[in-house]
Amino acid sequence: MVDVTPHGADLIPPAEVGEMDLYHPHSWWTKYVFSQDAKVIAIQYSGTALAIGLVALVLSWLMRLQLGFPGTFDFITPEAYYQFMTMHGMIMVIYLLTALFLGGFGNYLIPLMVGARDMVFPYVNMLSYWIYLLAVLVLVASFFAPGGPTGAGWTLYPPQAILSGTPGGTGPGIILMLVSLILFIIGFTMGGLNYVVTVLQGRTRGMTLMRLPLTVWGIFTATVMALLAFPALFVACVMMLFDRAIGSSFFMPAIVEMGEQSPHNGGSPIMFQHLFWFFGHPEVYIVALPAFGIVSDLISTHARKNIFGYRMMVWAIVGIGALSFVVWAHHMYVSGMHPYFGFFFATTTLIIAVPTAIKVYNWVLTLWRGDIHLTIPMLFALAFIVTFVNGGLTGLFLGNVVVDVPLSDTMFVVAHFHMVMGVAPIMVVFGAVYHWYPKMTGRMLNEWMGRFHFWVTFIGAYLIFFPMHYVGLVGVPRRYPELGDTAFIPPSVHTLNEFITVAALTVGFAQLVFLFNLFWSIRHGKEAGDNPWRATTLEWQTAGTPPPHGNFGKELPVVYRWAYDYSVPGAPEDFIAQNDPGPATQGGPATRGGPATQGGPATQGGPA
Amino acid sequence: MSAILIFLALVMAVAGWWLARQRLMSKPWLEAGPVNAFPATEASLLHPAKLGLGVFLAVVGALFALFISAYFMRMVYADWQAAPMPWLLWLNTGMLVLASVALQCAVVAAHKGQVDNLRLALLVGALTSVAFLGGQLLAWRDLAANGYFAADNPAVSFFYLITAMHGLHIIGGLLVLGRTNVRAWRGERPAKLTLTTELCAMYWHVLLVVWLVLFAVLAGWAADFVDICRQLLS
Repeated sequence: MVDVTPHGADLIPPAEVGEMDLYHPHSWWTKYVFSQDAKVIAIQYSGTALAIGLVALVLSWLMRLQLGFPGTFDFITPEAYYQFMTMHGMIMVIYLLTALFLGGFGNYLIPLMVGARDMVFPYVNMLSYWIYLLAVLVLVASFFAPGGPTGAGWTLYPPQAILSGTPGGTGPGIILMLVSLILFIIGFTMGGLNYVVTVLQGRTRGMTLMRLPLTVWGIFTATVMALLAFPALFVACVMMLFDRAIGSSFFMPAIVEMGEQSPHNGGSPIMFQHLFWFFGHPEVYIVALPAFGIVSDLISTHARKNIFGYRMMVWAIVGIGALSFVVWAHHMYVSGMHPYFGFFFATTTLIIAVPTAIKVYNWVLTLWRGDIHLTIPMLFALAFIVTFVNGGLTGLFLGNVVVDVPLSDTMFVVAHFHMVMGVAPIMVVFGAVYHWYPKMTGRMLNEWMGRFHFWVTFIGAYLIFFPMHYVGLVGVPRRYPELGDTAFIPPSVHTLNEFITVAALTVGFAQLVFLFNLFWSIRHGKEAGDNPWRATTLEWQTAGTPPPHGNFGKELPVVYRWAYDYSVPGAPEDFIAQNDPGPATQGGPATRGGPATQGGPATQGGPA
Repeated sequence: MSAILIFLALVMAVAGWWLARQRLMSKPWLEAGPVNAFPATEASLLHPAKLGLGVFLAVVGALFALFISAYFMRMVYADWQAAPMPWLLWLNTGMLVLASVALQCAVVAAHKGQVDNLRLALLVGALTSVAFLGGQLLAWRDLAANGYFAADNPAVSFFYLITAMHGLHIIGGLLVLGRTNVRAWRGERPAKLTLTTELCAMYWHVLLVVWLVLFAVLAGWAADFVDICRQLLS
């Protein structure tokens, strides 16, 4: 490269942000409740997401109890089972994972990692959280509505979603669900604008795109995808609301319901599936890309080694983001489609394995000959790689039309997507919490509770989902609350179902240890100091821990290097922080100037 | 889904063009040093609010592209009957064009520091936009008076739904434009209003283009155009 400059050549004074440009809270309410500080908003987002996630966890227990011991629990009727299933899926995918990765980690990490004082539009950011909370409350309200929440399955396929045979279909359940989703999308769009513009315009001096930590790349790309994909869900929800509320026929065909002709006529349920999956497939990567990014940083930091193939990692993230918009119909093989379409979507689906495999190779090669510290974040990161590969391999089977058609309605699919989209990202969530908790609170999480939590969760997740593949291959259908006496299902399936249920309950209770640890360690954890993991990225170089309002004290840091200078030969320590100018100058200060020095990060204004 | 895929291709072309200039081929591990080792890849000088609005308008574009996709997908079914187009829509379109022109004049006035012209242009922009919304409501009444209700016929349902969505976006813009008007008429200096005026103008131009496309789709010209293209190709 031509324009390599010697280490520490010229120290450019960082741009100072005047007091005027940062919103300062004036009271307890504006500091902790209606806060515009991205760090507080991040904690609000994470807390709300975890709380509603616990509800979804309990729902999964109830489902497992029914599947493992059918008929034992009177209150789990088939209707209730469908309601549990629907709400479990919807909450986990959207209200927990999406909100936690983008709203939680995005808000906390983006400003700190790019060296900004806050998001560029703090007020809009605050609104984003409150609308998200409203969406969650509307969702929770549907549990208490007459007829209960909708039981249409998390995909909400019409026509069944709004017919009387489906729980909540003719009551308020489905309406509340749709309204909640619409609110979520509006709130998310507000937050998403912030994440994108902050990465683009809020970066501190020297933080070029190719010096961004991969966490930021992952969250940034996922946000861009979400901004373009969520409108599809929005359109689908609004049109379904029309069909349900005023009897229009966007999705609803002519139907005879309970012996009566419904007012609908001629609509297309397939159209809903196209719209839904045009959102639904990118959604998988909206959850996966932040996980990819975070896990890259965890592995590099805890193996004390630079990430292998940084450029490839960035290109793979961008490539996956683009490809994921042209694979949606692989969720619709069983809905019937032109064979050429099936061929096209099977091909794109399998092509996406290429950038994904590049990432897996790079993680493994980062570990190769690294100084691996088996800290809890590292354990979770390793668990993620293993789980993601396992879940991804079954994805290769399901991506092919001929294999997908017989397997599509079996437990095999349930096992596949829980491995790849449930367990794998959750492993990253846990790893990230153990990694950044010391920055958020100033104290480490308890080590032994953490290790207990890890091993029970990791082994338990495999005990739950590995047998499920077998159950699916035997032909056990998914979505059935009870199998009854079915000739082709051997008794071993029932034994396995009981086993899976016991494992699921155990893993669920292990999460209580994690929750207890979160609260206990705020007071009783070991003091962490500013940089307990000796990491290079900017969030560990703040003016204090937890970082104060404005993040970086009087002056913003200047970035001199990429985020992965671990174990550099000849360096005094085994890491060099991104804002470390490096060894003393050899050739005197280089000339200052060039367009870059005048640019600097834009000062932040409020929303226009 | 062709409309949204074409729109996404456009967005990706812009994103790709921008990424191509960000030195994604550089090797950051070799390039420790001060910022001028990476010329021209830092944050641009564009105001964050303008970039934010640009990103938001891309989202709005995706939203309407998806509505259009749904419209075309629904169109091929047997029960589809084209909706009548009230002649009032032409007048409304004219109003929206006027609003867009007025706001462009406001931007020019703000840059030149002409207080009176700025106030006038902002007011004309807001009033013509309100007139557009009123006109759309009258068009709805016109349709309803002729017995076309939202639930009867999918084309009519789409007409109500899509015009309502577009109208909601205009209302959202009017909140900001209204605030700008109040600030201008209270005597704030044009220099301080430049940014918000520019943002309003940008928003209105895009919503005008969106409306023109929607009008073409709802009136059936877009489908005719696609048919002609298809015949030419085959």
